[in-house]
Amino acid sequence: MPERALRLNGPSLEIVSRCDGKHTVAQIIADLQKLYSKAEPHKVESDILGYLALLQKERALDFSA
Amino acid sequence: MTASQANPLALVCELTHRCPLHCVYCSNPQELDRRASELSTEMWISVFRQGVELGVLQADLTGGEPLARTDIVELVRGARSAGLYVSLITSGLPLDEARLDALIAAGLDHFQLSFQGSNDQVAEEISGTKTHAQKLRVLDWLKSRRVAVTLNFVLHRRNLHQMDGMLAIAESSSATRIEFANVQYYGWAFLNRELLLPTRAQLDEFLGKVKVAEERLHGKIRVEYVVPDYYARFPKPCMGGWGQKVLLITPSGDALPCHAAGVIPGLQFENVKEKRLGEIWDSSEAFQRFRGESWMQDPCKSCDRRAQDFGGCRCQALLLAGDAAATDPVCSLSPRRHSVDAILSTVNSPPTSAWQYRANLS
Repeated sequence: MPERALRLNGPSLEIVSRCDGKHTVAQIIADLQKLYSKAEPHKVESDILGYLALLQKERALDFSA
Repeated sequence: MTASQANPLALVCELTHRCPLHCVYCSNPQELDRRASELSTEMWISVFRQGVELGVLQADLTGGEPLARTDIVELVRGARSAGLYVSLITSGLPLDEARLDALIAAGLDHFQLSFQGSNDQVAEEISGTKTHAQKLRVLDWLKSRRVAVTLNFVLHRRNLHQMDGMLAIAESSSATRIEFANVQYYGWAFLNRELLLPTRAQLDEFLGKVKVAEERLHGKIRVEYVVPDYYARFPKPCMGGWGQKVLLITPSGDALPCHAAGVIPGLQFENVKEKRLGEIWDSSEAFQRFRGESWMQDPCKSCDRRAQDFGGCRCQALLLAGDAAATDPVCSLSPRRHSVDAILSTVNSPPTSAWQYRANLS
């Protein structure tokens, strides 16, 4: 991002590395539910949606249809 | 040097001092580097690679006007393939659609376009050129292209009333970020300060408007702003600390801790043609000089805020107090604050000077 940087680790890195204009949000959720199979799938989904919304508000990413 | 010296995050690359504009607040030094002394393409690409080895994340390609370099596409490619996030900080000319496409194909991440105001008249007065219409064309081209866009509006006495027009330009563009940068008084702006310094009333109106805009545009456009520090109670944390985050390379290859550091007498700058970037960052005299706190005088050295603002700006201390190691005189705790108040006390009188336009070299 212009004049800023994100410090990524663990799940945040897994999410952002999939924000490549090719993965859909559903694919990212499915990937991470597999990766973090011990976590509650609904919790994984809501955490991802929350994090993506935060990045959008910060203007670090956009959603396309 | 200290073993724990953090790595720089941004490499500010002044590719050239050449520029088609003559802005009265240009941050370039009054002594400009000539074209013949500019670093070669290969040297810049080596600097980008050395920066990455040192831990740098971003390259800001600036000038002068970076597009004045005929090898700009190659330089963008070089910085991107070294692994840097690449910003182009530009006036938007000389540029056409084909060149813009080439820059983006070469890996440009972020395009920052500067504006002198919201209309032709003020833009012409400030830049000494008719370039506003070209900037609007560039914004139009950017709409259909995949690159992050920032609009940078430099604010001062002559255009602060144009906030609404500036916001309208930004909102009709693809920008995701606006910078409202009040002029900082160094270089050419220091010469033209009397004509540029806003009134308190202008500043208050600006602050009101920018807060409303920030709220209204939240999630669409990030609004960032810099207040003129002559009106502040405490100084700005200049550059995030001397030699802490930013490394600037001049067109001829000198490595500086900030763009204005050349005004400080006695500072010796190393050149990238003679030394590796890592060595310059870690141990050169210029970068060490105001690192940490050992150089501080009172009131800074015993101040609770010293780790927050690092005593403010060294170049401003030199310009206003005549001592680069003094507390930044804009600080309300500085024994020299009265000199800034004296400058502000004249702000409502009609200016007596005329614009001094930035020189240009070939």
